[in-house]
Amino acid sequence: MNVAGFPLLSLVTFLPLVGAAIILSIRGEDEVVARNARWTALWTSLITLALSLILWFRFDQGTAEFQFMEEAEWLPEFGVGYRMGVDGISVLFVLLATVLTPLCILASWESVQKRVRDYMIAFLVLESAMVGMFCALDFVLFFVFFEAVLIPMFLIIGVWGGARRVYAAFKFFLYTLAGSVLMLLALIAMWYHAGTTDITTLMETSFPRGMQTWLFLALFAAFAVKVPMWPVHTWLPDAHVEAPTAGSVILAGVLLKMGAYGFLRFSLPMLPEASAYFAPLVFALSVIAIVYTSLVALAQEDMKKLIAYSSVAHMGIVTLGIFTMTHQGISGAIFTMLSHGVVSGALFLCVGVLYDRVHSREILRYGGVAKIMPAYALVFMLFTMGSVALPGTAGFPGELLVIVGAFRVNPWVALGACLGMVLGAAYMLYLYRRVVFGRITRDDLKTLLDLSPREHAIFAPLILLTLWMGLYPSSFLSFFEASVANLVAQHEAALGAARLAGMVAQ
Amino acid sequence: MTWMLALPEIVLAVAGLIILLVGVMPKRDAFFPCSMAVIGALVVAAVLVLGQSEGTAFMGQYVADGFSRFAKLLILLGAALGLVLALDFNEKERLARFEFPVLVLFATLGMMVMVSANDLMSLYMGLELLSLSLYVIAAFDRDNERSAEAGLKYFVLGALASGLLLYGSSLVYGFAGTTNFDRLADALVADQVATGAIVGLVFVLAGLAFKISAVPFHMWTPDVYEGAPTPVTAFFASAPKVAAVALMMRVLIGPFGDLAPQWQQVIWVTSVGSMVLGAFAALGQNNIKRLMAYSSIGHVGYALIGLTVATGAGYRGVLVYMAIYLVMNIGTFAVLVAMRRQGRALERVDDLAGLGRTDPGMALWMAVFMFSMAGIPPLAGFFGKLYVFLAAVQQGYWTLAVVGVATSVVSAYYYLRIVKVMYFDEGVGALDARPTSLSVVMVGTGLLTLLFFAFPALVISAAEVAVASLAG
Repeated sequence: MNVAGFPLLSLVTFLPLVGAAIILSIRGEDEVVARNARWTALWTSLITLALSLILWFRFDQGTAEFQFMEEAEWLPEFGVGYRMGVDGISVLFVLLATVLTPLCILASWESVQKRVRDYMIAFLVLESAMVGMFCALDFVLFFVFFEAVLIPMFLIIGVWGGARRVYAAFKFFLYTLAGSVLMLLALIAMWYHAGTTDITTLMETSFPRGMQTWLFLALFAAFAVKVPMWPVHTWLPDAHVEAPTAGSVILAGVLLKMGAYGFLRFSLPMLPEASAYFAPLVFALSVIAIVYTSLVALAQEDMKKLIAYSSVAHMGIVTLGIFTMTHQGISGAIFTMLSHGVVSGALFLCVGVLYDRVHSREILRYGGVAKIMPAYALVFMLFTMGSVALPGTAGFPGELLVIVGAFRVNPWVALGACLGMVLGAAYMLYLYRRVVFGRITRDDLKTLLDLSPREHAIFAPLILLTLWMGLYPSSFLSFFEASVANLVAQHEAALGAARLAGMVAQ
Repeated sequence: MTWMLALPEIVLAVAGLIILLVGVMPKRDAFFPCSMAVIGALVVAAVLVLGQSEGTAFMGQYVADGFSRFAKLLILLGAALGLVLALDFNEKERLARFEFPVLVLFATLGMMVMVSANDLMSLYMGLELLSLSLYVIAAFDRDNERSAEAGLKYFVLGALASGLLLYGSSLVYGFAGTTNFDRLADALVADQVATGAIVGLVFVLAGLAFKISAVPFHMWTPDVYEGAPTPVTAFFASAPKVAAVALMMRVLIGPFGDLAPQWQQVIWVTSVGSMVLGAFAALGQNNIKRLMAYSSIGHVGYALIGLTVATGAGYRGVLVYMAIYLVMNIGTFAVLVAMRRQGRALERVDDLAGLGRTDPGMALWMAVFMFSMAGIPPLAGFFGKLYVFLAAVQQGYWTLAVVGVATSVVSAYYYLRIVKVMYFDEGVGALDARPTSLSVVMVGTGLLTLLFFAFPALVISAAEVAVASLAG
């Protein structure tokens, strides 16, 4: 049994499903059903959050081992089991998912009016799949959760999305599916080679060099689409623009992290030689992503699309950091993932606030919002600063660490990342200026109301997190310190062994 | 008393004759009581199959083993559920004649003989009993042109396929000197097989490929599926398919086991062809029954991956795949049968528009079946694919595996399209209230599809036992 004394991770994973089942059983008038569904979903996600906070307090930061382990038989003769556990790398993502879900449910309180019950069910199922994916310690289980995310997200985009929702939903689904079926083949090959799908065992299995190349490419297809990396990022702007606000928040906040998490959990530790071999490719794609999508973001006229492209750029920094294989780079990448989860989620919520009032995401439609909604302008500014990685906000420590890590590997790559930061400041400030400052040119904007108490409640925890992560990053960094050190050490040992074997062979 | 071994078949045959006799008596048509009696007989047969001992009977013509038990239980389940789907539909479409359940029963009997066949003669007998019953029920809506066309088309092409099968059997008999499977296995030893026997094998394969509607013998499928009354299509796409795949496995693994390198090439081509055709041809279909026809062609392609691999893991994959396919297919057809507005049966994809609002329960189950057919975890269809791909990768059949996953992405498009129509599109009015029988089938198969991930070991170990008796 684990530290908590009860199967904590399973509880956190499946509690949302229980909530979904309760919502499913609600009967009655539409109005009553909608109200009950909202409250049930909120309470379920809050209880899940409370349970997951145990992880924050009881997690032992001193070790790289997996903790809160659970194991049950699933398909014993195949070496497939139901295994759950978290280490320093995954634990904070579990918390990120459980923190963002109640906020998303709150954010959809009034903006979602049609088919509320189905919406809340979809969100709870989504939470369950996300949490399960970060907790899974079995490759098959991981894959099941990884794919299961597609179903609720497809429905969320397709049913509650904007004008081109059908196109966006299909593109999202088929892009991701095409990537992940290749991962399925890699999974099977690794399974057959190692005789088990236990992730901890797979990490210790060494795969032949030739096989690693193919495995890496297959996994890369799945994770690169999910990250998304240039040039397979095109589903993201569509999905973001068409998804409802809360859908965008989860998409940017958690779903984008799944790809990078996959790199950290599978590609790097299991395929060290191939990872080293393909690192230059990843650097090139990442730098292109950072520079190109930043420039594209500058030209956007749709607020959500702009933030979507900025997400691609930020994820470029993440993949760059991961493949530096240095302690700083990987720590920075994980930190950036977390801060991006909070900040870009918050930015989408900021857009959502305006969209709920005006029903337009067009940047030129706004201007001078600061005079009417001062509190909103302040909140928006904080998150804009977080996104441009101003020191003192969440974005800064991660990006700094990535650049330091990249500098150790290749100064030119570090320069690419720096360029991203500069361009990031350009497009975010440009966005902010056009929306918030300037003269009010449209009369209907004058009647806008500032943030409601509900919106204050949504933004408060995100503001707190943004400042906390910016001002005292080590309370987060310390979680994955040991795990990252272990990952880097293992990686170097594996490369060293391979080099030695190569020399012996000569 | 070795004939006692065939007790399930004998009971079914006797029950069929009795129901046929009794059914003629009453003045009013006895569709419903006859259906109930047939379902009862199927259940009794299932119980008997469970308790059946193993061995051969009728001078080696008939064999009962773990494999036949697995296949027979699936067949009986498929037949019984198929009949349940017809209960309400046939009443509404004025097809409620008592011959219908009796024909289903005889078809089932034929299938059971098929999977227990241990001789080319008993194989042919079972296959023909099945086929003749199917020809009739395909054209059961005889005043409807499309149904009559379906029946005729199926009959003409089916007769041709039977001819190919018989011709192949005669070649095999001519070159090996026996029709018994055990003695064939002894006679057909690798390295010293006459070319004629191999030609015969290919003819037999062609005949069987027709029955499982694998490419390039699939042409009849879309037309027959579209033309036949919907519950009949449901029946076609489930039990006979399982039976024919099981039969194919028994023939290939048993008597022709040593010729695996020869038939593997043939099955490889049919498998790839079926997967590709099933994925691409269904993309443009607006008739949902036609779409399901192509979908079933694709699914047979996936199942055949396991047969191509020709290992225990592969065979197990085929059985697991067929079991899962049977369940989710019946569930899908339960929804199709329930598609009815103002008393008129519907079969266009667009007719499902807005189902997510008008009938959330049915839409939910349909979505479960569609995602499962597309192979999205954690639904059952994913596990079916997982096991066949596992076997393919183990033996290094990378092309098959890659074609398999690529076509499953393509086919995901049309399954998603149905979900899209149900949930994203504006409604065109509610469907008629569905009868309880359909809801029961829908929920039952839906739960099995949804919760398979929780108890995979049950089905898999059963398949394991079945394969052991076949290949061991």
